[in-house]
Amino acid sequence: MSTNLLEVKGLKTYYRTRLKEHVYAVDGVDFVLEDGKTLGIAGESGSGKSTLALSLMGFYFPPLHYNSGSIIINGTDIMKLSKDQLRSQILGREIAYIPQAAMNALNPTLKIIRFIEDIMKVHKPEMSRQQVWDMAAERFETLNLSPKVLHSYPNELSGGMKQRTVIAISTILNPKVLIADEPTSALDVTSQKAVIKLMKNLLEKKFIRSLVFITHELPLLYHVTDEIVVMYAGEIAERGTAHQMIFDPVHPYTKKLMGSIIVPEAGMKGHKLEAIPGTPPNLKKVPPGCRFADRCSYATKDCREGKTEIRTVEGRLYRCIYDTQTLREWYRKEQENGGIVAR
Amino acid sequence: MNRDNVLIDAKHLTKVFGYGLQKTTAVQDVNFQFHEGEIISIVGESGSGKTTLAKMIMGLLGETSGEIEYKGKPRKLRSHKDRKQYWKDIQAIFQDPFSSFNIFHKVDKLLTDCIKLQGLTLSKEQQFEKMKEACSFVNLKFEELYNKYPFELSGGQMQRLMIARIFMLHPKVLIADEPTSMVDACSRSTILDMLLKLRDENNMTIIFITHDVGLAYYVSDTIYIMEKGQFVEGGPAEDVILRPRHRYTRQLISDVPKIHEEWNLA
Repeated sequence: MSTNLLEVKGLKTYYRTRLKEHVYAVDGVDFVLEDGKTLGIAGESGSGKSTLALSLMGFYFPPLHYNSGSIIINGTDIMKLSKDQLRSQILGREIAYIPQAAMNALNPTLKIIRFIEDIMKVHKPEMSRQQVWDMAAERFETLNLSPKVLHSYPNELSGGMKQRTVIAISTILNPKVLIADEPTSALDVTSQKAVIKLMKNLLEKKFIRSLVFITHELPLLYHVTDEIVVMYAGEIAERGTAHQMIFDPVHPYTKKLMGSIIVPEAGMKGHKLEAIPGTPPNLKKVPPGCRFADRCSYATKDCREGKTEIRTVEGRLYRCIYDTQTLREWYRKEQENGGIVAR
Repeated sequence: MNRDNVLIDAKHLTKVFGYGLQKTTAVQDVNFQFHEGEIISIVGESGSGKTTLAKMIMGLLGETSGEIEYKGKPRKLRSHKDRKQYWKDIQAIFQDPFSSFNIFHKVDKLLTDCIKLQGLTLSKEQQFEKMKEACSFVNLKFEELYNKYPFELSGGQMQRLMIARIFMLHPKVLIADEPTSMVDACSRSTILDMLLKLRDENNMTIIFITHDVGLAYYVSDTIYIMEKGQFVEGGPAEDVILRPRHRYTRQLISDVPKIHEEWNLA
């Protein structure tokens, strides 16, 4: 039986600027994450994916503010809890969040073991120091990390090793959901693979039950996650299984995004990459119709003015006024006319 | 395109850092010939010496032994005048766009400096025209940008502005040191396409440094694989990527996720 581990309904969060303007970086996002599943969040920079990850923690500090919506983790609506309750019961235990470039935030004057001791002092004060050390060493060994790392300083570790250590530390309390925001973006391909292996390992050994993985590297998401959400201007543009999203995208934005994939495979050379013209809309003044209309090559007057609808077809969800048949017909025609040939 | 003209010729290039016990050989006995209008990729993991090699080609680091010939003559970098002359021909884009700008200068200052560097004397209108042309080459709107400070731009915009600079300077050689590692997948494809356009229109030699074999395969004619300071494999892109011979090349290729094949995570 599958249960919903994480349920997000109509989540709206905004940044307040100095001029008291409200910028909705997450504007009505709904999704459900089942127990044992992994979810990928993709999108350009500025599409709101990092803000969504931050908002999922339920912990807001200025300039980020909460407007409406609910986040239900394992049956509890965390938006109804006080800040203290949230900190002691939810963060770290139910949900763990690894921000972008977390590995650069390690205090250079402390050994790695001290970070773990700190966490344990707050969450499990009954454990003795020796117990914490044993537990940490055992955990690191199960994750194929050398226990020696525990007694080194952050500057003695390589970038990839630091990132893996950060992931191991943040999952030490066995959180149910791990939210990883671009954990691989500053690493080279070899360390990137090691990080992915570690996360798969955490899932297999049941240290974490679900994973929310945020990145712009689409081939990575295809191999790691079950479902992919594509964000655009604070909204979900399309959501479907990884296979559907990579090989058969429906929303014009997803289609373009998939056109920018570069992999070392035969046929990649000479293959024309698709670039999306323009920039995402300024979220201070959101266009009334479809937010992608200005950059979409199929946009019509209806797109710009009419209200966009969310369509649900074939187990996927997308935000466009056209149905799948029309869109697919356009893509086929474009391919025939010598346009971009997607493999 | 004339691919027979050898532009940069390096023989037994070696760079050693430190002395005695702390000696580290970053680049060891590297030989190559870069031709005019060629796009060359140097691929390797972090710490393999690719950036050191790039800095040596740029003349920012001296070589411990070996020599570099530029346009068939040994390269001279002794005096300030020589160096200025050399850097008119050779330019670079670096990894981190956020730190390649002077934060106190607005965008138009950055671009007018390029005009000054070339020693041109132009009227305000002509300068404006030139800057506008450079910005439109990289799909940026100069009218919106010129009065902005670098921190007001996004990473992708900054990196494209660096390319606009290159477009104005028309160097013979461009060294791109991981220009796409800090921008998202969308801007990445735009930047790669611009590099290709620069080569096609200006017959520029581009040295592209990356850790991602996928990108290297997409842009380059020739790929060199670098491991621990040495070139372990080199040749036409098709050969190196589709028929890799060296163990390290195979490993690099298997580390990159692909979409039509299973990714072996074991």
